[in-house]
Amino acid sequence: MSIQAAPVQSSVRPLNDYASIVGQPEIDALWMLARSLPNRTVKMVNSTAVGGGVAEILNRVIPLFQEVGLATQWDVITGGEAFFSVTKAFHNALHGMAYEDRPEWFDIFLATNEENRKRMNFDESFIVIHDPQPLPLVYSREGRRNHWLWRCHIDLSQPNERIWNFLRPFVEKFDASFISSAAFTHPLAIPQFLVAPTIDPLADKNRDLEPEFIQSVVEKFGIDRNRPIVTQVSRFDRLKDPLGVIQAYKLVKRYNDCQLVLAGGGATDDPEGSVVFAEVQEAAAGDKDIFLLNLPPWSHLEINALQRASTIVVQKSLREGFGLTVTEALWKRKPVVASAVGGILRQVLHKVTGMLVHSVEGCAYQIRYLLSNPQLAKRLGEAAHDHVKENFLITHTLKNYLVVFLLLERNPRLSGM
Amino acid sequence: MKQAREPFQFVSAFYLVVVGLESAHTLREFGKQLTTVSRDSIFCHTFHSLATHHYTSYSNDFAQWAMAACNENELAEQLGAIDVRQFVELDDLRSALVHTVDNHLRASPGSGDRPAFEPFFFSETREVALPMPMRASNLAELAEGIRHMSLLSLHYHFVNSRLRLHLRTNDFSHWIAQELELPELAAQVNRVDFYTNTLPEVREGILSYINPWISR
Repeated sequence: MSIQAAPVQSSVRPLNDYASIVGQPEIDALWMLARSLPNRTVKMVNSTAVGGGVAEILNRVIPLFQEVGLATQWDVITGGEAFFSVTKAFHNALHGMAYEDRPEWFDIFLATNEENRKRMNFDESFIVIHDPQPLPLVYSREGRRNHWLWRCHIDLSQPNERIWNFLRPFVEKFDASFISSAAFTHPLAIPQFLVAPTIDPLADKNRDLEPEFIQSVVEKFGIDRNRPIVTQVSRFDRLKDPLGVIQAYKLVKRYNDCQLVLAGGGATDDPEGSVVFAEVQEAAAGDKDIFLLNLPPWSHLEINALQRASTIVVQKSLREGFGLTVTEALWKRKPVVASAVGGILRQVLHKVTGMLVHSVEGCAYQIRYLLSNPQLAKRLGEAAHDHVKENFLITHTLKNYLVVFLLLERNPRLSGM
Repeated sequence: MKQAREPFQFVSAFYLVVVGLESAHTLREFGKQLTTVSRDSIFCHTFHSLATHHYTSYSNDFAQWAMAACNENELAEQLGAIDVRQFVELDDLRSALVHTVDNHLRASPGSGDRPAFEPFFFSETREVALPMPMRASNLAELAEGIRHMSLLSLHYHFVNSRLRLHLRTNDFSHWIAQELELPELAAQVNRVDFYTNTLPEVREGILSYINPWISR
């Protein structure tokens, strides 16, 4: 087993290019902030280099770290199938889903982390550990004077108590944590900063596309642009409720001749993806207007095109740390119908930047409502774009890390409230 | 053009929100906790929230929660109408908020124990303020600096400054009045409404008052 150094994309645009979107004063402020942290180094650690929102954010933000002068290393912990089955079970349990207790899982979790820990060094000024999978690496902070931050991307609002009680001592060894929603806080001895994940507006996933390219992608998949297209972009994961989306679509279909696109892929740390995809295939069988697109992780332009071609974007998650696919759709001025869960509540302000729903029936109704009211859909989309611009672009992620690094250096004993 | 004795020092400001451990699930809990939460928390949900709330009905978090989570529209309007410009001490602002909630609970006791749709999480703001390399010694330089500062820095100088100065004014107006001895312009700038305008609009509003004075 070896530590993977994740391949950071080289196609990220220079920081100053973002001035055309957020304004030069905001970029100047970032440069100034970065100059307050000369010669600092950063290590980011997570559990997958490919697939999912965390890898995507790291791919985009690390080049910006490098550009502003923070030498940054991104390491990915490795583990076997057993380890990732355990972490997936923990992940689901932390989201409050069913959990079957198996004591040996804790040993697998700890042993794999220990193997990774022994092979890694943590000499950087700031260590950022993403999500629960690599949490025990924090044992390495003993005897070091650097600063450790836990970035939690998942919905911790109703965690399984056994798993949370097992993980909490690791969390409390950090200096601070980043969470995506106030509802994810827990009584902890460290400060919990409210920080939203973000998207890169200049990335292939989000940049403007030529209409001809959008048309070519839609045609490639056999989708008819003359009829409404309802789309959910997500990993094939039960927490994203793809079966619920199909049920909602079938309710809509009674009244509106629409099509459903379920586009997504897998992540290397998610062993359940193929099982869920098979379930979705079965549920969609026989309906030629349902398009199941299991796309490879480099399909950013295709995903972008599908979102832009969509009439409505859905995110019917049962739990959601944040939901970057929601952010992407909002940025593209799409009317969004999304579950009122987790971090989605920060993005979709009901009837202002989209529609929030709590059930299959509610989801179906709001899709029908927006299909019947295109002017309202357009207004929601415009407000949604501005909301993302103000709050959820990658320049905010850069700023938030720089600010917390400065806060940690100035006051290493940052107390909670 | 009149030159100031003391130049205006522009500051670049950055904030992070720390979520606290206190949360309110009913209006009564909320009213009780409002009396004890830190001043930083009062600041976070009133002064600081003014920087970010362009899409919600109210610019202060308390009013927004009363409306969206408690369905108490009258209380929301009353909380939303508490104008931070009238306060230079957070304890006075807290008293006004507590008084408003107490009055509502007295008039509508049934509303106090109804579970809110979602809890209110009291939070605090952590600030990093860095002096910028640019300074202004006259109106033209002040306008140039305002034009090139980030929106959060504008918020720092124009909104949060009231608590720092303990005056019902902002950094720009204070400096214009004290250093350039232009009280009329200072008053005009201070009237730019940060409740009904977004921060980019506030910036334009301030500059629209300053610019004509530059050529005088």
